[in-house]
Amino acid sequence: MKKNNPPVLGPDGKRKKINMSSLKRVLKMLFNYYPVLLPIILVCIVFAAITASVPAVFQQQVLQAIEKWITSGDWESAKQEIIPKIILLGSLYALSFIGVIVQSQLIAIITQGFLGKMRKTMFDGMQNLPIKYFDTHKHGDIMSFYTNDIDTLRQLVSQALPTILQASIVVISVFSIMLWYSIWMTLVVVFGVAMLFMVTRIVGGGSAKYFMKQQKSVAKTEGYVQEIMSGQKVVKVFCHEDKSREQFEKVNNELFEDSNRAHAYANCLGPINMNIGNILYVIIATVGGLFLLSKTPNFSISGLAFEISIIIPFLNMTKQFTGNVNQVSQQINAIVMGVAGAERIFALMDEIPETDEGYVTLVNAEYDENGNLRETEKRTRLWAWKHPHQADGTVTYTELKGEVTLNDVDFGYVEGKQVLHNVSVYANPGEKVAFVGATGAGKTTITNLINRFYDIADGKIRYDGININKIRKSDLRRSLGIVLQETNLFTGTVMDNIRYGRLDATDEECIEAAKLAGADDFITRLPNSYDTELVNNGSNLSQGQRQLIAIARAAVADPPVMILDEATSSIDTHTEAIVQRGMDKLMQGRTVFVIAHRLSTVKNSDVIMVLDQGRIIERGNHEKLIAEKGQYYQLYTGAFELE
Amino acid sequence: MIKTLAKSIREFKLPSILTLIFIMGEVLIEVSIPFITRDMINSFENLNGSATIEDVIKKGLMLVGLALISLCCGGIAALTCAKASAGFAKNLRQDMFSKVQSFSFKNIDKFSSSSLVTRLTTDVNNVQMSYMMIIRTAVRSPMNFIFSIVMAYIMGGALATTFVVVVPILIFGLLMVARKAMPAFRRVFKKYDRLNESIEENVRGMRVVKGFSRENFEKQKFQKAADDITTDFTKAERIVAFNGPLMQFCMYFNMIFILTVGSFLAISSGGAKLKYGEISAMLTYGVQILMSLMMLSMIYVMITISLESMKRICEVLEEQPSITNPVNPIFEVKDGSIEFKDVNFKYNDNAKRYALENVNLNIKSGMTVGVLGGTGVGKSTLVQLIPRLYDVTDGVVMVGGEDVRNYDIQTLRNSVAMVLQKNQLFSGTIKDNLRWGNENATDEEIIEVCKLAQADEFIEKFPDKYDTYIEQGGTNVSGGQKQRLCIARALLKNPKVLILDDSTSAVDTKTDAFIRNGFKNYIPDTTKIIIAQRVSSVMDADLIVVLDNGKVSAFGTHEELLKTSDIYREVYEQQMSGGGSDEEK
Repeated sequence: MKKNNPPVLGPDGKRKKINMSSLKRVLKMLFNYYPVLLPIILVCIVFAAITASVPAVFQQQVLQAIEKWITSGDWESAKQEIIPKIILLGSLYALSFIGVIVQSQLIAIITQGFLGKMRKTMFDGMQNLPIKYFDTHKHGDIMSFYTNDIDTLRQLVSQALPTILQASIVVISVFSIMLWYSIWMTLVVVFGVAMLFMVTRIVGGGSAKYFMKQQKSVAKTEGYVQEIMSGQKVVKVFCHEDKSREQFEKVNNELFEDSNRAHAYANCLGPINMNIGNILYVIIATVGGLFLLSKTPNFSISGLAFEISIIIPFLNMTKQFTGNVNQVSQQINAIVMGVAGAERIFALMDEIPETDEGYVTLVNAEYDENGNLRETEKRTRLWAWKHPHQADGTVTYTELKGEVTLNDVDFGYVEGKQVLHNVSVYANPGEKVAFVGATGAGKTTITNLINRFYDIADGKIRYDGININKIRKSDLRRSLGIVLQETNLFTGTVMDNIRYGRLDATDEECIEAAKLAGADDFITRLPNSYDTELVNNGSNLSQGQRQLIAIARAAVADPPVMILDEATSSIDTHTEAIVQRGMDKLMQGRTVFVIAHRLSTVKNSDVIMVLDQGRIIERGNHEKLIAEKGQYYQLYTGAFELE
Repeated sequence: MIKTLAKSIREFKLPSILTLIFIMGEVLIEVSIPFITRDMINSFENLNGSATIEDVIKKGLMLVGLALISLCCGGIAALTCAKASAGFAKNLRQDMFSKVQSFSFKNIDKFSSSSLVTRLTTDVNNVQMSYMMIIRTAVRSPMNFIFSIVMAYIMGGALATTFVVVVPILIFGLLMVARKAMPAFRRVFKKYDRLNESIEENVRGMRVVKGFSRENFEKQKFQKAADDITTDFTKAERIVAFNGPLMQFCMYFNMIFILTVGSFLAISSGGAKLKYGEISAMLTYGVQILMSLMMLSMIYVMITISLESMKRICEVLEEQPSITNPVNPIFEVKDGSIEFKDVNFKYNDNAKRYALENVNLNIKSGMTVGVLGGTGVGKSTLVQLIPRLYDVTDGVVMVGGEDVRNYDIQTLRNSVAMVLQKNQLFSGTIKDNLRWGNENATDEEIIEVCKLAQADEFIEKFPDKYDTYIEQGGTNVSGGQKQRLCIARALLKNPKVLILDDSTSAVDTKTDAFIRNGFKNYIPDTTKIIIAQRVSSVMDADLIVVLDNGKVSAFGTHEELLKTSDIYREVYEQQMSGGGSDEEK
């Protein structure tokens, strides 16, 4: 008894069609990866399928021999006829056995190898995608490419495709053998199988419908549970336990109903298949008997007359035929699902990667005796932009100072919905520039533009006088350190995480950076100090500690320009004081862009820009803005709430 | 573990048992079918002689009848089985959910909410599937196996020796494969989880990756991990891949053995021992026997997979709520006076450090009390002892002159309203949410508390006013608005004690002041306890408690503390010098 998968239905309730071009692409990739192994598997499958269908022939011949000799009881003579046939059958089996071993081993190798290659290709492709992709796709959805979709691909390659291929060959060869023996009987079988098919389609359709419904109620239950479980403390405080119990019972019952129905239909498929198969078996036997008795002339390719030795193998062939037809219809679901998964994965792979036409690169530099800037291999802490000029083939070097200017910048994430209007910012080297404003005013957007996570629609951004579009993206970003509100640490030791800022940093340099950030103190108190393993985004640390590591990470990169986006906003004032000290040290001598909700963080900035709906409405230093008594003043005096 | 889980079967015992019975019926018929088929085939042979076509038709009708009965049995079993397993799952979910509702804060702290969600969904689903498999297949396969063997012996006699050879080979082979493959898979799945975690980490931290231009670094890291996994997966899969050939081998062996020995026996005995019918029936039994063994090995795998799930479900079901109602509870809280007597508290019995040590406080009914201190000094812990969200380790907490442990828990918590620091609104309208405080509150009462919490003004600005739908997690209101709604919700309880645990941190100072003013004027008899980061929020309280390191470091009024407490003075000066230094968070 095989598990019956319900047919896959599309959102419109109709059976989904297989996307042939995606299937073709999967097959093509498989073939390209395994140009030798794949054909071997194909040969094995074909061979196995044929050996699976021929026993009927041998059976018939052996039984015929038995019929011939049974009355005489002369084994010695019968042996002559029977034994060679059995030996032939045995050798066929032996070959097929070897074939099956080879085939199943190779399929295991190919499947996993293919999945591994797919994973790597997907991941590589993903790394090259622009930030926009990650901003516009749910992380859960992206993850499901790597989990669910890969899983359906595994089913497709390791099971569905080989099975369907083998089963179809068996169906065809059994069908031909049946025709060979008797066309009349074959017609009866075909009629029976058609009936069987209809019944299972109806039942299977019902099951699919309720599985869809079940899916929906599962989502509903999950949503409810999620909400209550995460708010369990609130439930307790308000003595809402009984109420939520009642409500849960309602969704739970709904899920029960749907799950019950879905499984009831699906469970029925097994007995139905089997017993209709049994009935079909009886019908064939009876019809065969009738033919035999009434001496109906056989009509067959072989020209054999009706004999009992035809009917018996026919009975077995009937079972084999229905069994394999069933398998084909079951695997079609797996193929539909697998191809749909492949389609989604291909969509990810086909996403247009982040482009980079930049040709200005960042190099270590030093001044020679004549005071000219030149490139060097050493880490001099002096950087220069290497600017090749295509026109005359010369190369000029510009010292990296950290001057960033935005000129009349317009930008929108979606076409037609402008987020920034005419924004101009001038940051001189070493200056601290702050952005203040409500959520959605465009503060983070500005920083997204400076490091080219997004490209501007209109206007110009210059870095040390160079249009940032001309700078190679990786170099541009290398020269900008960012610390975000949401700290993302990676699995690995604390040291690994700090070194993320600059891969060739020595342990000493990392510790130095941690000291600068004020993180050394707590790190050395961790159980394994700098070798403490961080898991799950550093969930074993407090928010403040995570933030300090993120700052240390930026410090070790030692970039000339820093972007601090709400770096301290989720820390309480006490911890912030510590973090602030680290940040202040970090900011010395650098151009810094600060975004903060807490005005205490931005007060000492050289320039403060107050943003409102994508426009700069006030600019100046703290004293100037306070004197202006505008929005900044209101914020500062607490008369206005920022959200 | 089985016992704990089995308790949840309850009303679905009947369908479970029915399933077993009908499956048995189905199997009995199933194994007798080849028997009759044999008779029928044998009667073909004699068609020209003793038997008539009526014989064949009679046998045929009998077979059809049996098939129909078997279909009925199978169909009924399919329905009862679906009901039993879906029902068992339903009960499990309900039981777990109810259990979680009875959890105290201490219990809640033990399980993360996401793990509870997994337990209630994925894990229960796994158990449902295995239960279904167990009551259907766990009976069917062994029965099928035994009956088939018995029938094979009755019918085939010597021919059945083939099973003596084949069955042990298959059992041994399947067990070997399962035993080798399972640990290999377990290992690789762990690695696989880690790989997926690292992908997730990457997706989440893409700004960091790109910000440091670490794309190539990440690619290399991933390549290595992915290759590693591929190797391990291939190894594990290759072990399992032996299942198919093993089965194949047994089938082939059967076929050849039966044909050879069968034809010898049939012919040499002149048809006395065996006829065609027996030979073909033996082939059928052969397939059935081998298939049932295959199914058993599948069940074995399935159950081991769901064992983990069962364990996790049991963890929840077997968890003992650490706080329960007293035997003769008191149903009335007299007033809002609060007293802490020599209170010590630690979250975990094994913890070395006390979260609160030697706390003594006396708060009169109607007072406004401010609590101040850095993170992790025990402010939230202190106030959570008042509505008995945790039980003290030593000492006594009294409300209305009575030990909190003597009250009916609902009574106590309805009188002591608490606005938690990590607060939450639930999906539903604003009114729905507020009515958590009091189910029967009238619209007027709701508006009144909202005015008091300074929420009415912004609610009125929403197009749907009080019927505005709050999305899950309250994502469509701002932090400050959410906090004010939470305060209103607590106020609706009309409590004797109101506790605000850092509940106005996202509210601007002016509104904050309005709220406090409102409290003073409209609920003068309610004891108000306010935890805050901002000195300005607690400055004008009747009593300010400064906590440090789990101890009360100082208490008194603002003026007194400026003189006596260094900590208080430091915080005050730091915040006041910066003007309104942290209006928003």
